[in-house]
Order: sequence, then C-alpha cells, then structure tokens
Amino acid sequence: MRPAFSLIVFTTLSGLGFGLAAIIGLGLITAPTAFWWMVYNGVALALIGAGVISSTMHLGHPERAWRAMTQWRSSWLSREGVLAALTTILLFGFAVDGYINGAPNFALGVAVALLSLITIWCTAMIYASLKTVSRWFHPLTPFMFVGYALAGGLVAAVTMDSMANGGASVLTQPALLALLSAAIVALIWSKQAGAEGSGSTPESATGLGALGPVRMLMPPHSEENWLQYEMGFVVARKHADTLRKISLGLAIVLPGLALLAAASSPVALVAAALIHVAGVMVSRWLFFAEAKHTVTLYYGQRH
Amino acid sequence: MTDMPAPSDVKLGLVIDLDICVGCQACVVNCKEWNTAGYGAPLSDINAYGDNPVGSWLNRVHTFEAGTGKDARVVHFPKSCLHCEDAPCVPVCPTGASYKRAEDGIVLVNEDWCIGCGLCAWSCPYGAREMDPAEGVMKKCTLCVDRIYNDTLEEEDQIPACVRTCPTSARHFGDLGDPNSDVSKLVAERGGFDLMPEQDTKPVNKYLPPRPRPRQAEIEDDGPVDLVALANSNNGQASGFWSWLDKTLDRLQ
Repeated sequence: MRPAFSLIVFTTLSGLGFGLAAIIGLGLITAPTAFWWMVYNGVALALIGAGVISSTMHLGHPERAWRAMTQWRSSWLSREGVLAALTTILLFGFAVDGYINGAPNFALGVAVALLSLITIWCTAMIYASLKTVSRWFHPLTPFMFVGYALAGGLVAAVTMDSMANGGASVLTQPALLALLSAAIVALIWSKQAGAEGSGSTPESATGLGALGPVRMLMPPHSEENWLQYEMGFVVARKHADTLRKISLGLAIVLPGLALLAAASSPVALVAAALIHVAGVMVSRWLFFAEAKHTVTLYYGQRH
Repeated sequence: MTDMPAPSDVKLGLVIDLDICVGCQACVVNCKEWNTAGYGAPLSDINAYGDNPVGSWLNRVHTFEAGTGKDARVVHFPKSCLHCEDAPCVPVCPTGASYKRAEDGIVLVNEDWCIGCGLCAWSCPYGAREMDPAEGVMKKCTLCVDRIYNDTLEEEDQIPACVRTCPTSARHFGDLGDPNSDVSKLVAERGGFDLMPEQDTKPVNKYLPPRPRPRQAEIEDDGPVDLVALANSNNGQASGFWSWLDKTLDRLQ
C-alpha cells in the first residue's frame, strides 16, 4: 500500500494527541497554574487538530468531509470521524471547564479518556477491518495503535509535567512501562500480522489454478495504473527489517534512555518526545509500505 | 445508510467466457467510450499523449499464462466490477455514496456524495474501483445502468457496452438470480466459477473456464519443425501440382 504522507501524519499525530488527552483526562498530570492547564490541553488539541487536517488532505473532496459522519453504523472510518469530533469537543469543554473552575471535572475527564481510547481504536480498525490487506487484518493491529498512542501520550505528559513542575515527573516509570509495552506489542504484531498471507493466490484470483501455475503474461496497460500506484507499492520493502529497527530505536529505545538518564531535563525530554514522534512516523510508513493488497495478484505479484 | 440491502431476487451481472476471449480490448475501449459520456463524471485521461499517461478505466483485460511447458495456455482475462452480493466496498463507505441497489444488485457510487477517501478501493480484493485523477471521486462499473433500462435505445443496445461490442461473444449479460436465465444455464453447463471465493464476497459475475484440450505433453512429436530447412528441401513431401512446380522451379535455377 502506498504510504501517503497525509495518512502517516494523521495516524501519528492524532494518535499521540488522543493518547495525551487520555492521560490529562484521567488527571495523571497536575497543572501548577491555569497557564499550564491550558498548555496541556492546548498541546493535545493542537496534535489532534493537525492530524485531522492532514487526514482531510488525503481526500479528493475535502469540502464534503462532513458527509463522513453519517455512516457510523457500518463504516469504521465514519465511526472514527464521529468519535474524533465528539472527543475533541468534549476535551475542549473539559479544558475550559477546568480553567474556569480551577480544577478538572473528574467525570468529564474520565469520559474524555475513554472516548480518546475508543477513537484511537476506531482509527486502527479502518485498517484492521480490511480483509484484502492481510498485514493489517489482525486482532493485534488496534492494540499496536493504542500502544503507541499511550506511550507517546505519556512521554509528552512527562515532558510537560517536568517543564511545568520542575524535576522528574511521577509518570516517568509508567511512561517507561508504556514504551516497553508498546514495543512488545509492536514486535509481536510485526512477527504475526499477515504471516499466513491473504490465502489468495494468482490461481484463486483468476480461477485458472486447475490448468497449473498462473503467471502474468501482459498487464492490461503499458503504464502503471492507479491500482498499482495506490496498492502496489514495493519501494524499500527490502529494507523493511532495517527500517523496523530504526523505528523502534527512535520511538522506544532513545526516548526510554532519555527518561532513564535525564528525567528532570526538559531539553532532553522535549528531544525525546520529538524523536519518539519521528520513530512512530517511520513505523507508520512501514505499516503502509509493507502491506500487500490482493489486487497485486493480478499484476504479477505473489504474497 | 451503507448497510447492505437484503439480497435481491434479481442479480444482474456478467458471465465472461475465458475460452473465447481473444484479448482484443474492444470491451475496454467501448466501456471507456460509453461511460465517459454517461453516468457521472467523465473518465478522465491525464497527460494522454505524454510520457506517463494516467486515467480511470472501469474494465481492463489482463493476459495470463496458466500451466507450464507445452500445456501452458494463454488466457485473456477481462475484469470489471463483479457486483458482489457481500460487496465489501459498500459498508466501508463513510458517506453512503457507495451503495448496492436493492432491486437488481448493481453496486454504484453516488458521485455527488463521494469524498474521494479511497477506502472502498482498498476494501475490494479485485481492483474494480479506480479513483478518477481529475474529479477526485471513485469510479466503477455501473453495469451500464444508463443503457440496460434505457427505452430510447434499440432493444439490442439495452445491454452493457462491453457485452454489446464483444466481437467473439465472450461476455454475456443477464439475471444470475434466476436459475432459468440463459446466463445461469451457461454457468451451470460450463462450470462457471467465482474469483477469489476465499474472500467471501460472493461475486455475482461468473467466469467460464477455458475448455479442456488434449494434454500436449503426452503427444509424441519430433520437436519444433525447422521451417527454413523444410522450405529449402522438398523432402519428398510435396506431391501432384506442388511436386511438379517444385521440380520446374529447380530446373529454372
């Protein structure tokens, strides 16, 4: 599958934003002043907003994006749209309410946290529900998305906590645990997801298996068509293992080392958070680039 | 809502005969011709005369080789939307633009609602949907819904453009929900099959397999004939008029 930059940015930033929203909603970081309260919530809202804006850039008709809110009964993409909007509005209300009253509303915060997690789940299910892409069609795919989102949210929370309150955040240990868990889930996912293939072959795709092995003799067009451009992405697949190591190094190992060694240095923590985002983006790039779609069976590929 | 309608009694679709198709691409061209002026936005071509032309098509003909050695067979393979009973492209649509008609099972896109997210194309195992590069909306085979119910056309033209144009009658159109229709009988007679049944899409369109032929690997022969050597030496095989002509031409040398 083609790793569209808009979708990499969308899944990474909105995942991080909702992960952070869940931490703030649960009241796990405390704001010493109203200013820091607005910074916490503002960062989460900005990340979510940037992700959502990026996702609309993927559309052929962004001006009709509101229509995507209508089919929540059947479409994971629609569910994601509805929940993202709902959660964002609720988070905004939670932030303003906390600012006015000087203390966060517990019930509202829990609702924000729950809805944030469900929204990330829906984002992942857009991919995990596609039977045509065996790499994505796996029960661990949503856990992998939530794992990265919570780990990122905690790294961001630790960073802001340390900046606001000084010294090391009480969330440093949980953040380390979240990074470790995210890495374990990501590793198991990358080993297992799609390992058995799609179950489809050029023989089943053409129904000609009774005659023997099937191979492409002539493609239907002399030039690459949209199907191949969109779903036949193969660039850098041979570097997948190297890129996976790079992504885990950036997303997990380096931020983890920063948390262990320099948990009270805001500069180191900001750098760790940025490096984490870069690592997640590499892993999202791989998520698309590695995934094989059954349509490529008609274009000379075997899975 | 993009909830699937209850399965319809009428299941309009195509039956494609892989034994007959010669890969002439006439169906591809006539599909493009009709549908660029018919339902929805035109099927655009970008950079049509340049180095890297791209455009949207609703029907494409692939060519495969099936089998090995002397028994390998070249099979031309037309492919367009299969109008699946459990079309995965319908429920994934976030806007309700992608839908399956309750009355005849045709899968269509309402292009005024389509946001061009591309998720339906991702969900289709067959590659039956293509994003239009100029319009930013999803294009797909309409089973020529604007021909088959069009009373202003001659009766013989009230079938999909690809079926109408096929010079070898490799494409058939009809109601696959009716076991007594011509297409259903053809499927029963010839052992028509589904593409990728393991994807659980229940395609309405069926494909007819190439007819069996004697196994070439078991037929004894002396290998390929050397045509140049054969032309140079009569080899005693010519007789009658050809033998006389051969000898006469030899004498004239």
